[in-house]
Amino acid sequence: MSILVNKNTKVITQGMTGKTGSFHTQAALDYGTQMVGGVTPGKGGTTHIGLPQYDTVAEAKAATCATASCVYVPPAGCADAILEAIDAEMELIVAITEGVPVLDMVRVKRALSGSKSRLIGPNCPGVLTPNECKIGIMPGSIFMKGSVGVVSRSGTLTYEAVHQTTAVGLGQTTAVGIGGDPVNGTNFIDVLELFLADDATRSIIMIGEIGGSAEEEAAQFIKDEAKRGRSKPMVGFIAGRTAPPGRRMGHAGAIVSGGQGGAEDKIAAMEDAGIRVSPSPSLLGETLAEVLKEKA
Amino acid sequence: MNLHEYQAKELLSRYGIGIPAGHAALTVEEAVAGAKQLPGPLYVVKAQIHAGGRGKGKFKELAADAKGGVRLAKSVEEVEANAREMLGNMLVTVQTGDAGKQVNRLYVTDGVDIAREYYLSMLVDRASGRVAMIVSTEGGMDIEEVAHSSPEKITTITIDPAQGFMPHHGRAVAFALKLKGDLNKQAQKLAAQLYTAFMDLDCAMLEINPLVETEDGNLLVLDTKMSLDSNALYRHPDVEAMRDETEEDPAEVEASKYDLAYIKLDGNIGCMVNGAGLAMATMDIIKLNGAFPANFLDVGGGATKEKVTEAFKIILSDPAVEGILVNIFGGIMKCDVIADGIVAAAKDVNLSVPLVVRLEGTNVEQGKEILNNSGLPIVSANDLGDAAQKIVSEVKKAA
Repeated sequence: MSILVNKNTKVITQGMTGKTGSFHTQAALDYGTQMVGGVTPGKGGTTHIGLPQYDTVAEAKAATCATASCVYVPPAGCADAILEAIDAEMELIVAITEGVPVLDMVRVKRALSGSKSRLIGPNCPGVLTPNECKIGIMPGSIFMKGSVGVVSRSGTLTYEAVHQTTAVGLGQTTAVGIGGDPVNGTNFIDVLELFLADDATRSIIMIGEIGGSAEEEAAQFIKDEAKRGRSKPMVGFIAGRTAPPGRRMGHAGAIVSGGQGGAEDKIAAMEDAGIRVSPSPSLLGETLAEVLKEKA
Repeated sequence: MNLHEYQAKELLSRYGIGIPAGHAALTVEEAVAGAKQLPGPLYVVKAQIHAGGRGKGKFKELAADAKGGVRLAKSVEEVEANAREMLGNMLVTVQTGDAGKQVNRLYVTDGVDIAREYYLSMLVDRASGRVAMIVSTEGGMDIEEVAHSSPEKITTITIDPAQGFMPHHGRAVAFALKLKGDLNKQAQKLAAQLYTAFMDLDCAMLEINPLVETEDGNLLVLDTKMSLDSNALYRHPDVEAMRDETEEDPAEVEASKYDLAYIKLDGNIGCMVNGAGLAMATMDIIKLNGAFPANFLDVGGGATKEKVTEAFKIILSDPAVEGILVNIFGGIMKCDVIADGIVAAAKDVNLSVPLVVRLEGTNVEQGKEILNNSGLPIVSANDLGDAAQKIVSEVKKAA
């Protein structure tokens, strides 16, 4: 089992004919993902890297029965592309694009509520279920089928967690990058709920960073679920302990402002919820192995 | 992108929002000319820097009892004397750090007779994913202090983007400010205008503190801070042209030209990393090993030779840097290609400080071999923990 995507997931790419879209769609094909087409307005009826192109998402969906879309459309058109996919009732939309204006995301977030779609991202590395389906830009080579669910706000730290859980022999069920923007489609809680419900996922790594309060809310969720008897061993990490307040650390959402969003509060909330927070980003895999040993 | 007060007010006035009349000035002569266009007899001369706390700030060059960065003047002559004292000098406020900021621009405005002060700000509320308007009767104070001591005096209103700003939002603002009669109506109108401005201009944050009620019964924006969403500047070339690079760190401005996210910090170990999260984590692990990072630097997805060279130059422009840690999780990029880029860049800049490189991803062995055979004093590391230990001990050795 896995969450969000598996070997049966049919995927289209929005913005496939650009350099990034082409490269990563080919990499997804090479990984074995069921890529079934692309949407590039004006190129409907043609093929690109062997896949049929459509002018609209609705056409692509009707012709291919795809349920997921990966969006590489540049920032200025990205929100429009996501809204088109929501209108076409794509079940899963994964937006990789970095640099989408935040007020565009405010509108997208509103359109998602009550819709049939789930959005992952934007500004995220995507979703990957080992040996089955890769949507986005994660390097398939570091994954191994296994039992750890990985959820993270940061792309390269997702890779660290995946690489390390592979190295200690645990492997992953699914890795989800939720993205580093202040307003995004899916938060930690949504993904944690899916991991808790997934039988194959026996432990979870959650990687947060400074800014906002999504980690605190996730910790509260984990605490509440544990009271209901639902819990799985968890290891966490928060990036940005050394970040100065008031500065945006690369990600649009990574900022400590007005005393809010600091690393220490997040770490305290996670530890209070029974999550073992690793002090070092290089010890995620080992820490999880230790936690599992203690529980055994 | 942050704006100066005078730029923000000029933008707000385009939406019909009331501001005191005023003129920006780069020189004493311009300040005098600006004052002459105002009715008088009361003027305010305000230092324009990207930092708060100007009124209570102190000029480094002036006596300790000299006035701060916001000064009242009762004649054009007094405007001139104040402008002469302020321009070119370093203003230190609670937000500038000890070095202070040089005052290169002034804003000369009409003096206002204030009856009462209020607070109003807008931002994108991350929890709800909506634009929020925050209002308080406690104007002119540090709002974080108010939030701490008397949270009941702060009202937050979030606006559903599907409907936009409705009359009921305006009423909620006006009644939260306890305004009556015409002032209540003015506040409703002002709130709607501010929402339009916020959405139109792609603001990230807009703070009006204080919003004032004048003795003659008008609501005016007396001071404001505005920052715009950098990701949306492409929609506003006219506003982007207002960017004042002299307010930013020169190395950060240089980095932004090469699409590098760089932030200068106080330590001695330079870092070059791909990905913002990993870059922050690298800083954290340096500190765990007893040293402190000199910077945050995200080279982004494509760590090409050109980008790495520029990144080295920017890191080394900080004289405090005594060693560099490069941490690249290649992912889809091949490590041998990255290693080639690092070696070429290190040769290009005649690297003279210890360099520890941690590479991970495809072709990692070939990458390490290239680093080891480069003839350069590059130490390669196996993982992030190893890399941090090695750079800290290399720097100690070199010292």
